[in-house]
Amino acid sequence: MLYGIAFYLFAMVLVGSAIAVITAKNPVHSVLFLILAFFNAAGLMVLLGAEFIAMLLVIVYVGAVAVLFLFVVMMMDVSFADLRSGAMKYVPIGVVVGGVLLFELVIIYSGWKFSDAMELANPNDISLTNTEALGHILYTKYFFIFQMSGLVLLVAMIGAIVLTLRKRSGVKRQKIYEQVNRKASDVIEIHKVTPGTGV
Amino acid sequence: MIDLALDGYMSALPEIFLALSGLVFLIAGVFRGNSGTTFLCYSAAFAFVFSLILLAGVNTGEAFSDLFIMDDFARYIKVIILLGAIASVVYAASFLKDEQIFRFEYPVLMIFAVVGMMVMVSANDLLTVYLGLELSSLSLYVLAAIHRESIKSSEAGLKYFVLGAISSGFILFGCSLIYGFAGATNFDDISVLLSGDNSLNIGVIFGMVFILSGLAFKISAVPFHMWTPDVYEGAPTSVTAFFAIVPKIAAIALIIRILFEVFPSMSEQWQQVVVFISVASMAIGAFGAIAQKNIKRLMAYSSIGNMGYALIGVAAATQNGVYSVLVYVTIYMVMTVGVFGIIMCMRKRGYAAESISDLSGLSKNSPVMAYGMAILMFSLSGIPPMAGFFGKFMIFEAAVNAEMYILAVIGVLLSVVAAYYYLRVIKIMFFDEAEDRFDCDIAFSRRAMIAISVILIVAFIFYPNIVFDGAMSASLALFPK
Repeated sequence: MLYGIAFYLFAMVLVGSAIAVITAKNPVHSVLFLILAFFNAAGLMVLLGAEFIAMLLVIVYVGAVAVLFLFVVMMMDVSFADLRSGAMKYVPIGVVVGGVLLFELVIIYSGWKFSDAMELANPNDISLTNTEALGHILYTKYFFIFQMSGLVLLVAMIGAIVLTLRKRSGVKRQKIYEQVNRKASDVIEIHKVTPGTGV
Repeated sequence: MIDLALDGYMSALPEIFLALSGLVFLIAGVFRGNSGTTFLCYSAAFAFVFSLILLAGVNTGEAFSDLFIMDDFARYIKVIILLGAIASVVYAASFLKDEQIFRFEYPVLMIFAVVGMMVMVSANDLLTVYLGLELSSLSLYVLAAIHRESIKSSEAGLKYFVLGAISSGFILFGCSLIYGFAGATNFDDISVLLSGDNSLNIGVIFGMVFILSGLAFKISAVPFHMWTPDVYEGAPTSVTAFFAIVPKIAAIALIIRILFEVFPSMSEQWQQVVVFISVASMAIGAFGAIAQKNIKRLMAYSSIGNMGYALIGVAAATQNGVYSVLVYVTIYMVMTVGVFGIIMCMRKRGYAAESISDLSGLSKNSPVMAYGMAILMFSLSGIPPMAGFFGKFMIFEAAVNAEMYILAVIGVLLSVVAAYYYLRVIKIMFFDEAEDRFDCDIAFSRRAMIAISVILIVAFIFYPNIVFDGAMSASLALFPK
C-alpha cells in the first residue's frame, strides 16, 4: 500500500517535472525542474532496491551536472526565447520521426522475451548490498574496463584544456615580488616646469 | 573471491606500453611546453615502433576475464593500425611546423586514439567495444578542432563531435537491446545463446542493426556519411590524413568481428543491411566526388566509396570475403598515406593550396611528384598493374564466389564511374597549363613516406605474398574449424 503510494507519487512528480523542463519559459526554472526530476528518479530507484544508482543520481546528476547546467545557463548571454522561436517549424517532422520510432519500439518490446541465461546476471551472494556487490566486480572482474574509463576521462580532461585554455597578453595580475620591489625612482619622473610652457 | 582479473595481461602489452608512454609524453609536454611538439611527435613514432615490436611477441588468447581477446586477426589489424599511425605522426611533425600549430597535446591525443582503436580491435565484450570506441572517438574530436584559430577547424570538430555522439548513442542503445534480450555482454556467451534457433529474437536483430548503424557512421558509410566531406575539409590536413588512414580500419575490423563472431547465425539478416550500405556508399562515393573542387573533399568521397567496396567483402559473409577485405584495407591504407603526403606538399608561398586546379602543370614543375601522384591515382582507380587493382579484384572475386553476382556487377560499374575523377586529377597534372610552382622545401621525412608508399604500391606486384599470408592467417582466426 505505502509502496504503491510512494511509487505513484514519485512517478507523477517525475513525469510532471520532466514536462516542465521543456516547457518552462525561464531556463533557470528548467534546470530547477530537472533537479526535481533527478530526485524523483532517485526515489524510484530506491523503491526498486537499487540504492547505489539512486546515490549516483543524486551525487553525480544533482550534485555536479545540474549545478553545472545552472552555472552555464546563468553565465551564458543567450536569449533562449530567440533560440526557441524557430523550433516550432521542426515539430511536425519531429513528431513523425518520433512516432515511427515509438511504433517500432512498441513492436519489439511486445515481443520481449528474456533469454534463459538471464539468471547469469544475478549476484552470487545475496547477503551483499548492491554497492558492495558492484564494488566486488568493478575492481576485480571489470578491472580492465575500469582502467579504460580512466583513460577516457583523462582524454576528456586534456580535450577541455586544449580547446579552452589560452594565454592572454595584457592581463593585469598581482605580482607581489615586483610590486614590493618597485622604487619611486623607477616609476616617477620629476620635471621642472617653467610657467606658461607645459611639459 | 576478490582477485584482480589480470589473467593474460601480457596479451595486452602493446596497448599497456602505449598508454603508459602517452602518460609520460603528457607529463613531458606539460614541463617542456609547446616548443617540444616536434620532439614529442617523433617520440610518439618511436613508441608506435616499439609497440609493433612488442606486438610481434605477444601470445594469443583471452585476457582480463574474457573482456579482451588477442588472436591473429587482431594482430594483423593492429600491425596495419600502428603502421598507419607511424606515417600519420611523422606527417604531423613536419605539417605542424609548416602551419605553426605547436600543441604538444597533438601526439599525446594520437597515442590515446591508437590505444582506443587497438582495444576496439581486441574487444571480446560489448563494454570493451564501447570504451575502446569512445576513447578513440573522443581523441579524434579534439584533434579535428585542434587548430583553434581556424573557424573551419572548429566547425569540423563541432560537427564531428555532435554527430559522433549520436552514433555512440546508437551503439549504446543497440548494446542495451542485445543485453536485454540475450542476458550477456560477452561475445562468446552471446554467440552461444544465439546459435539456438528459438532465441533468434527480433529484439536482438534490432540491437544488431543499431550497432551496425553506429559503426557505419565511424567508417562513414552512406546513410551516415554527411559529416565526412566537411570534417575532412575543415580539419588540419595532418589530422585529415590520420582520419583517412587509421580509424576506418579499426572500425571495419570491429564490424567484421561483431558480425562474424557474435552474429554468424544471423548472417541472412545482416547481409541485407551490409549490401544496402555497400551499394549506397559506392554510388555516393562515385557520383559525389565528380563535382568536387577541393582535393580534401575529393578524398573524403573517395574514402566513402572505398569503404563501400570493402563492405562488399563483408557482405559475402565467407572466410574468403574477410580475407579480401583485409587485403583491400591494407592496400587502401598504403595508398592514402602517399596521397595525403602529396596533398601536404601542395603549398604556395607558405600557404596550403587545397584546390584540385592547383595541381595543374605539376608534371612540368615537379615531375617526380606528378609521377608519384599518377601511380597512386591509377592504383586508387584500380587500373591493372597497380596494387589497388588486386584489392578490388579480390573483393569482386569473393562476391562472385558467394554468388552475389549483382553486387559484384554494380561494384565494377561504379568503379568505372569513380575512375573518372581519379583520372581527371592525372589529366590536370599532365595536360593543363602550368600554374605557379609549389614551395620546394619539403621535409625529408615527408618525402620518405611518400616514396615508401609509392614503392610499396609498385612492389606489391612482385611480392604480394607478405600481405596475402598475413591476411589469410588473420581471416582464418575468425573461422574456427
